[in-house]
Amino acid sequence: MDNYLEVRHLSKAFPEFQLRDISFSLPPGYIMGLIGPNGSGKTTTIKLILNMLKRESGEIFLMGMDNLTHEKEIKSELAVVFDSNCFCGDWKVSQIENYISVFYKNWNSGTFSRLIRSFQLSPEKKVSELSRGMQMKLMLACAFSYGARLLILDEPTSGLDPVSRDELLTILSRYIEDGEHSVLFSTHITTDLERAADYITYINDGSLFFSGEKNEFLDMFRLVKGGPGELTGELKSRLLGLRIYSTGFEGLIRTEDLKLFSHLTAESPAIDDIMVFTNQKEGAL
Amino acid sequence: MKLIVSNVSGIPIYEQIKQQIKSAILSGELKEGEALPSLRTLARELKISVLTVTRAYTELEQEGFVNNVQGRGCFVMGKSSQLIREQLICRVETHLTEAIKASRMAEMPAEELHHLLDILMEENIDG
Repeated sequence: MDNYLEVRHLSKAFPEFQLRDISFSLPPGYIMGLIGPNGSGKTTTIKLILNMLKRESGEIFLMGMDNLTHEKEIKSELAVVFDSNCFCGDWKVSQIENYISVFYKNWNSGTFSRLIRSFQLSPEKKVSELSRGMQMKLMLACAFSYGARLLILDEPTSGLDPVSRDELLTILSRYIEDGEHSVLFSTHITTDLERAADYITYINDGSLFFSGEKNEFLDMFRLVKGGPGELTGELKSRLLGLRIYSTGFEGLIRTEDLKLFSHLTAESPAIDDIMVFTNQKEGAL
Repeated sequence: MKLIVSNVSGIPIYEQIKQQIKSAILSGELKEGEALPSLRTLARELKISVLTVTRAYTELEQEGFVNNVQGRGCFVMGKSSQLIREQLICRVETHLTEAIKASRMAEMPAEELHHLLDILMEENIDG
C-alpha cells in the first residue's frame, strides 16, 4: 500500500503569512507529529489537507487519492479531531450516535458502544457537562466507529491534564498497532511526541525545516555546553542557536560539526530544545 | 524476559532495548528459536514509537542475534551463530586486555597471571 498521506510542494499565501513548498508523507501504521511554534503553519497545513482552505499550488493525496477530486471517498476513510468540541453542548452522549452515524456508511454501532464503555463515558451526560478529556474521548469514539484508517488531530493535547494526555497516547498507539492505521498529530507540546511518534514534520515560519524519522531528527543535533572562554568565533558561526549566561553558554549544533569541538560537553537534545534554539530571533538572548 | 526503558539514562531507547535483549540471549534466558515480543505490541506496551523498536530489532538482526521472518516475527538465533560467537570472543579479548593492563600496574609476572587464570577457571568450572 502506498502512503496514507502524501503532501507535495504545498503552498498557500495569506496577506501576512505564507506557507511555502511543504512536502511530507506518512506510510500506513505509524504516528507522525506535526510540530512548530504557534503561527508556524501547522493548522493551515491540516486545513489544506482537509480542503477547508484552497491551496495555491502543490498536490495532496490521501489513501492514494487526490484530496480535491475524491473528497467524498477520502472523508469516509479519514477521521479528524480538532482541539475544540465539535458536538452540540446539549446533546447527550447516548444521542450522539443517532446524529452522527447517518453520515457514515461504514458506521459500526457495536464498536461505538464498546468504546463508550471502555472510555468510561456516561451515556446520560450532556456534552457540555463532560471534561475536556472526556470530550476528546467522545470525538475519538466517533472517529474510530466508522473504520477510518487515517486520524488527523489538531492540537489534541493542549488543555488536557497529564493523565488524559497519557490516555490519549495509549489510545493512539493501540489504534496503529495493527499496522493499518496511521495518525497525524499536530502539537506544540512535544513531550507527548518524544516517545510515541515515529515521524516528525517540523514546520517553521511557513517553511519545512525537517520531515522524517523522529530518531533521525534527534540524532541530527547536539546540545553543547561550555564556560564563557570556550565560545570561540568558529564555534559561534556553527551554532544554530545560542544562549549565553554569566558562567557559560549552551547552544545547538549539527551533530556532524561536533567533532570540531570534541572538548565541549555535548548531549542529545529534546525536541523542545531543537524548536527553541532554531527559533531564536536575531540578537535576542 | 524483563524489558524496561529509562527516559533519563541518556542512552537512546532503541539501544536500551537492544542491550537488554542481547544480554537475555547471551545469558540463555531467551533460547534459540524463541520469538521476541511482537514489534508493534512491544511499542504500545512500552509507550515508545514503532520505529524505535524496529531499529532495535533490525540492529539485533544485523549483529546475528535474531532472525526476522517477514510476517511471522523475530526469532532468536542459536548461541552457536558465528556472529554471536565473534562478539563473545571479542568480549573475552577486551576483558583479558583489561586484566593484562591491571597485572602490569601491579607488576605481576606473566606466569602468575596464567596461573591465576587456571585457578579461576577451575573454580568456575560449572559456570
